Amino acid sequence: MKEKKAACRNVNENPCNMCMPMGGILALKGIENTMVVLHGSQGCSTYMRRHISEHFNEPVDVGSSSLNEKGTIYGGEKNLKQALDNVRKVYNPGVIGILTTCLAETIGEDIGRFAEEYLQEKNGEEIFLVTAPTPGYGGTQAEGYFFTARRILTCLTKKSEKHNKINLIVSNISPADIREIKRILNLMEIKYTLFPDFSDTMDRPFQRPYRKMTPEGTKIEDIRKMSGAPATLQLGMTVEDALSPGKYLAETFGVPLYNLPLPIGLENTDRFMEVLQEVTGKGLPDSLQQERGRLLDGMIDSHKYNFLGRAVLFGEPELVYALTRTCLENGIHPVVVATGSRTAKLAELLQPYIEAAPEPVQILSGTDFAVIRKYGEAAEANVAIGDSTGRYLEEKAGIPLIRIGFPILDRMGGHRLLSVGYTGTMAFLDRVTNTLLDSKLKPYRSRMYDTFYRKAT
Amino acid sequence: MGEALVVSDREEFITTKGRQKQPIKCDADSIAGCVSQRACVYCGARVVLNPITDAAHLVHGPIGCASYTWDIRGSLSSGSELYRNAFSTDLQEEDVIFGGGKKLTAAIDELVGKYQPKLIFVYSTCIVGVIGDDLNAICKAAALKHEIEVIPVQSSGFIGNKSAGYRAACDAILQLLQPTGIKKANSINYLGDYNLAGEAWIIESYLREMGIELNVVFTGDSSSEKLKTATQASLNIMQCAGSTNYLAGKMEELYHIPYIRVSFLGLQDTADSLRQIAAALGNEEAARKAEILIARESARIQPVIDKYRRKFAGKKAAVYVGGGFKAISLIKQFRELGMEVVMIGTQTGRKEEYETINSLVADGTVILDDANPAELERFMTKQGANLLVGGVKERPLAYKLGIAFIDHNHDRKHPLSGYVGAVNFAREVYSTLCSPVWNYLPDHDRGDVV
Ligand code: SF4
Repeated sequence: MKEKKAACRNVNENPCNMCMPMGGILALKGIENTMVVLHGSQGCSTYMRRHISEHFNEPVDVGSSSLNEKGTIYGGEKNLKQALDNVRKVYNPGVIGILTTCLAETIGEDIGRFAEEYLQEKNGEEIFLVTAPTPGYGGTQAEGYFFTARRILTCLTKKSEKHNKINLIVSNISPADIREIKRILNLMEIKYTLFPDFSDTMDRPFQRPYRKMTPEGTKIEDIRKMSGAPATLQLGMTVEDALSPGKYLAETFGVPLYNLPLPIGLENTDRFMEVLQEVTGKGLPDSLQQERGRLLDGMIDSHKYNFLGRAVLFGEPELVYALTRTCLENGIHPVVVATGSRTAKLAELLQPYIEAAPEPVQILSGTDFAVIRKYGEAAEANVAIGDSTGRYLEEKAGIPLIRIGFPILDRMGGHRLLSVGYTGTMAFLDRVTNTLLDSKLKPYRSRMYDTFYRKAT
Repeated sequence: MGEALVVSDREEFITTKGRQKQPIKCDADSIAGCVSQRACVYCGARVVLNPITDAAHLVHGPIGCASYTWDIRGSLSSGSELYRNAFSTDLQEEDVIFGGGKKLTAAIDELVGKYQPKLIFVYSTCIVGVIGDDLNAICKAAALKHEIEVIPVQSSGFIGNKSAGYRAACDAILQLLQPTGIKKANSINYLGDYNLAGEAWIIESYLREMGIELNVVFTGDSSSEKLKTATQASLNIMQCAGSTNYLAGKMEELYHIPYIRVSFLGLQDTADSLRQIAAALGNEEAARKAEILIARESARIQPVIDKYRRKFAGKKAAVYVGGGFKAISLIKQFRELGMEVVMIGTQTGRKEEYETINSLVADGTVILDDANPAELERFMTKQGANLLVGGVKERPLAYKLGIAFIDHNHDRKHPLSGYVGAVNFAREVYSTLCSPVWNYLPDHDRGDVV
């Protein structure tokens, strides 16, 4: 395992990540009746809206304090308060999330104080404000997501009576994945608060009339009481403590924390089920055991084809971690494992698994696609697994890309991709296996002809 | 709470033709919290310059800005693909504190070492304007050192809106242009076309048929070498005025190249534009050839358009696009298709453009500047629009309202210019307006849908 390159280069060439407030918006979109305002110049919010809209195919309204020159020089307090007034007028949200951008952080805006003052000015009016400083240069969307989720708890969770709903904190996964997790919990008859939950806010049924605000998402009432839960399960192995919502609940309210990998892959899903059983005392229903059996059966069926796989995996650390382990348990060789996040955790966590791997695995953090491509080509990768930003690997290096994660901008249904649980793992694995088969079968006749017939004659 | 309230500061940016006397307010900063659909200064600059194919586009700033604009346009190239990369200095917290100048110099050195570009654009983003890196000095030094063009683009996000970015881009282009002393007759530059899906190539083929040489396109499929020869042309034609009006004016002032406005959206505008070009050049031969081309293509295309037109009777369109000139063309183009525009707005339209829009549309049409989703929703519903023309962010809104949608944004992958484009447009309108999908809406009242 080697950590290198990022430090000695001076240009980021084709980024493998986005910026912090992007993740913040996504986390906030998982809370009922929430509107988001980005404190900064207009462009940031427009760009992020565009990406989110295109991935989810949903309208995404995000306000901006639209800082101009004056606001930048004299401070943006007035702009921000005006923005809050205006979004309340038009959207009437229950919660407003205030995130900063690079500009606001660089000029030193204190959104915490602004928010407090604003609430005082409007004394008595029912409005919750969540503030999270998320400078674009402070981290990637992955860090922005968890940090904002933590800030939501810091701002909204109160000390509560003990109850029997477990907390389940998810990383940035697809609405289909969130629904699958809820299905599993319901099958096991477990009571839970899933947070943040954008499965319905970002994948809404067609309805008339159109609603600007979405009442779905995690309920404020439930967020308030997450402090009284018997346990928190957090799908966030790679999350630093300072950003971890689960850690916050543990430290502040003593809620026991189980940090788990995303349940993708047999072992990861088993681990998830084990902890669920341990925490709630419930057994694994028959139907889920059947699903497990079917996955194992499918893994056997496809194992030889998977052995052809030499994968480049990239994206948010949490997803990459789970997918790498899924590849490893299926005989797919992860030749490059990469994230744009500057994290040492990914490499640390994977260490025991890749030590046993038959070939070296290149782990890259804080990296970009120029580097990923270089290592991918050198290792003769034949499949790439990650979001749409990896499309150049396909276009320029001829490595077919299996789209998973966020953002997926050049295909339909990225937000409907199911990859978690036994059933989701099977679906993901089929996508990989079939891509490998495609690469084998398509050129099969001509390759054999060229290699053997031509040579022989 | 029932019907959401309107932000009163926005009232002056919205008018209804025939009902109000005072002109629409435009060209102002977006109001905080109004969920403007506009991007920023950097974005404006980037979209204009990005199609320059052999340039390295280096974003001096934090990573997000570069990330969101990577390969932002569907601009095609006949040569280099360098422009399709996203380069960024990826500023970090310590750079924000101690300055990013050194990093920028090193980044340019690295790009030169790896790609040997002849031209590098260095874009400043929000925080660069605040931390005060001396972009001009750094670029100048790098240019001397490497003997290439290194051009700073002053595009800090907060110094205005997208229009300010257009201007910054034009300023950057002007730095490249050089007088050559040569003037070529019947040679023209085409401003404000970004060769989306090969659109500049389509227009080039028309001009060639008329015996006119297309010298340089700004900036579709242009290279640093080509751009330098722009001063040799005898006429500038300008499509997207929002982004290149300033450049056209400057080129007239500095290099005495007159300019005219053209539009290749729709049959009428395309024919008119070809005639105007021949007339502006005073070239009778070209005028004659243009007539042949127009007659031939119209005869080929008109029946196709007419076939679609019959399906669109009584349908109403809404338009929300970036620039005013495109909006004007769309009103005419919809008329060719037998549709009336009932709501129309732009992100960066200018006063004169809104006047033209106002003169073209029917009484009762709602006109908006810098609209937001809530307003788009309200007016599309109120005006009974069946279809919206817009960009990526507007699409899901239209669909959620059960309204058809046309992409007129910069990452589309099919041409909408010229005769080919007119057919594509009509077909796209048909494919969305007349899709069976609308029959399944809960309260569909579209019994007339084919
Ligand atoms: S990197 Fe900073 S300035 Fe750029 S889009 Fe992100 S928050 Fe905005």
